[in-house]
This record gives sequence, structure tokens and C-alpha cells, in this order.
Amino acid sequence: MSQKVLLNATEINIALHRLACQLIENHDTFTDTVLIGIQPRGVFLAERLKTLLEDEYKIKNIQLGYLDITFYRDDFRRSGKPLEANKTNINFVVEDKKVVFIDDVLYTGRSIRSALTAMQSFGRPLEIELLTLIDRRFSRHLPIQPDYRGRQVDAINNEKVKVCWKENEGEDVVYLVSN
Amino acid sequence: MSELSVNHLLGIKYITEDDINLIFETADHFKEVINRPIKKVPSLRDITIANLFFENSTRTRLSFELAEKRLSADVINFSAASSSVKKGETLIDTVNNILSMKVDMVVMRHPNPGAGIFLSKNIKASIVNAGDGAHEHPTQALLDCYSIREKLGDVAGKKVVIVGDILHSRVALSNIFALQKLGATVKVCGPKTLIPKFIEQLNVEVETNLRKALEWCDVANMLRVQNERMDISYFPTTREYTQQFGVNKKLLDSLDKEIVVMHPGPINRGVEITSDVADSKQAIILNQVQNGVAVRMAVLYLLASKIQ
Repeated sequence: MSQKVLLNATEINIALHRLACQLIENHDTFTDTVLIGIQPRGVFLAERLKTLLEDEYKIKNIQLGYLDITFYRDDFRRSGKPLEANKTNINFVVEDKKVVFIDDVLYTGRSIRSALTAMQSFGRPLEIELLTLIDRRFSRHLPIQPDYRGRQVDAINNEKVKVCWKENEGEDVVYLVSN
Repeated sequence: MSELSVNHLLGIKYITEDDINLIFETADHFKEVINRPIKKVPSLRDITIANLFFENSTRTRLSFELAEKRLSADVINFSAASSSVKKGETLIDTVNNILSMKVDMVVMRHPNPGAGIFLSKNIKASIVNAGDGAHEHPTQALLDCYSIREKLGDVAGKKVVIVGDILHSRVALSNIFALQKLGATVKVCGPKTLIPKFIEQLNVEVETNLRKALEWCDVANMLRVQNERMDISYFPTTREYTQQFGVNKKLLDSLDKEIVVMHPGPINRGVEITSDVADSKQAIILNQVQNGVAVRMAVLYLLASKIQ
């Protein structure tokens, strides 16, 4: 197994600032916008962006929720290992809000498909956008594309993109792992 | 661990502490789901579940049906009163006929103890025991323990007394197994005629004085007097039973601590529990009912994930 660095800490930081600025361009003061981190791995990125928007760009009262998609996945009883659920925490109304889904890696698009279905349980948002740190090109199973992307990468199927965060793994780095 | 050690839920006796904790953790997620504006998830949309009730039930059947529907399973209902069982069909034949219509899971209540175990050895479907005679009622025990965990933070180390008709109660036996597996201490309290012989072999102490039992415990689970199962007289009069084993506000107020009062329902108001207790803050009877749906969703979800 070998791994190579796709993004180092500095590059991640630059990408995060750019993504934050792009969000501000489209959502201004975030009064009608809510951020939704997709459990489990999208949560770190979502929290990072929220802190960045609040501390560096002085945007107040950003609403951030976590959405778990386990019970909406299309591979229940089809994947080899059992699915483990995570906490959903959306303590605000999404009806008529602009929702931004935040996830670390966009690969087949199936997680986002599940998240779109899950979101319906909370009401009818005005629109839903997708922000992802890594967009794995040419690997989609569904017609789903990101509105904001940190970096687009080409990775073949048996390769894996691993996003590590300081809070969890001790350093900010994105690896491309191949077997 | 994120998988049950069993393919059927036949009784608490046959599952492990890890299984119970996994069910509780999954139920936590479903409890959040059923408090959403849209209380439904699509997980079991390709699963068909038959609810076979060979014995009357309102709350358990509704609770299971709601749990199944909130998981998007297809549901068929069957009650013995309106079926060919009356024409002499055997249990295996009845169930196999239903299964040939491509049913994946069976939720069954039956008056005979061991009916679920018997069925699990003879048919191909995942079975959930919803009460078999005076044997076990595992989902009731799970929701009772889940409700204790929710109210008191943990089940381990708690003292629980089960009061009333222990002899005819499947709830009592399942509760004893579940509470002990989770590390609680259990006593039973009731008229000697309604306490089974050899119950001490389950590491359960018997207390015949209700006041002493209540002074000892953190939680009192008041069972219903099951008049319909009593072929002979087990106590002189209902009034005498109430005087000795009924819980009322005055008795609870005279204790030096506030205990939690539970009841699996249906309540005989004024017999084992008075209305002022049943409707008080100390009673978590309606929480038990709400948790029942979440716990049953967890059980069905976890068992369904093991169907090949």
C-alpha cells in the first residue's frame, strides 16, 4: 500500500479560504442559508468552514447542522459490513432556506443522493447546493456535481482519497492511497 | 460491534449485553427520527413483515406496526380470531402459507410458551417474539430498560422491583433477564401465590412487603393483575390486593426519596396503581410507550440487516 500527498496543510488552508469566499459571494450574510455537514466525515470540514466564516470574515450566527444518511442509503443489506448510524442534529427550520451540503469527498454521488432524500424529512428547502473538498472526477454513478470544490482529482477505482483533519488525525492533509 | 449476535429475537435470555446496548444506541437514532416533521426512513422498503397475533394485543401490535411503517416496510396483519387457525390449521402450515407470499420477517404473539423458538427451527424467516405465553416479551423488557436508561442515565447499579403478578407475567421474566444483563439488581414483590416457585434461582430476591420493597428500590415496575389468565383465585379480593400491593400517592410521598414508577400497560386504574400516581411526574408510562416504537424500529432494523 502506498500513499501520496494530494493536499498539504497550506494547500488545504488556501482551499478553505477560497471556498469560504465563494460561499460569501453567493450567500452574503447567510441569513437565509444553513450549512449541513454530512455525517460522519463532512462534519469536520463543515465546522472548519463555519469557524473560518465567523472568525476571519466576521459573519455572525451561521447555522450549522449535522445530517446522518445511514437509514437512507441504497446499500442496506447489500454492503458486506453492517452500516453504523451517526447523530443527526438539525435544530433549526430548513423550510424555504438555502441549504449547503458539506462533505469531504465526492465520489459516486450515492451519499449525496441519500442526503437529498434525508433532507426531505425536515421540510422543503428553497434550494440545495453541494460543497466538497475533493471531487473525484469521472467516478460518478449518478448525475450529481458539486457547486463548490476544493480540488478536483483523477483517481482510479481501487485508489482511495483519505482526508485527515487536525482535530481528529493530528494534521491537515489529503492522501491518495493505492493498494 | 455493530451487528446482533442472533438472527431472531426470541427472548432476552438468548441475546448478550452487547446486543442490548447496540439496540439502545440504534434506538437513540430512531428516537430522533420519529421526532422529525416527517417521521419515516426508507431503510426497510424491500422488506415485508407479517404481524401474526394469535392472542389479543392493542399496544404491542400498534407499536410494531408503527415501527414497521416508519421503516418503510410492507406490513401484513393477521389475527387468529379471523383466520383458518379456527379451522384446525397447524402453526407451521399457517406461517408457511404466509411466507410463501414472500414475507421476510415475522412478528408473532402466541399463547404458548416457546412458540417463537419452535417456529424459528422450522421456517425460514427472521422472527421477533412479541410475547409467548408466560415465557418472554423481549421488546417490552428492552423498552422498559431503555426508559430507565433515559430517565436515570444508566441501568447498571440501579435497584428495580417488579411488583404484582409475576407468575403469569412474560414481562417480568424478560425484564429480570434484561435488567440483570445490564447490571441492575432485581427484586420481585407480590402475593406469595403469584410468585413462581424457584424464582430465587434467577438471583432474584422475593419481598412480600410493598413498603419495604419501595424503600429499597430506585424503580418500581408495576405489573397488571392478569385476571384473564387466572383460572383459580390467587388472592381473596381485588380490594385486598390493592391494599397490600397497590401503589398510591400517599405511599410514594411517605418514602424518603422519589422513585420512578413504570407500568407496561394496560393499567387497571385503582387496582395496582392509582390514577394520581399514573398521571404524576414520577410515572414514565407514556415515555415507555413512545420509546417502544423507537426500540422496535431498532430491533427490526438490526435483524433485517442480517437477512441475506
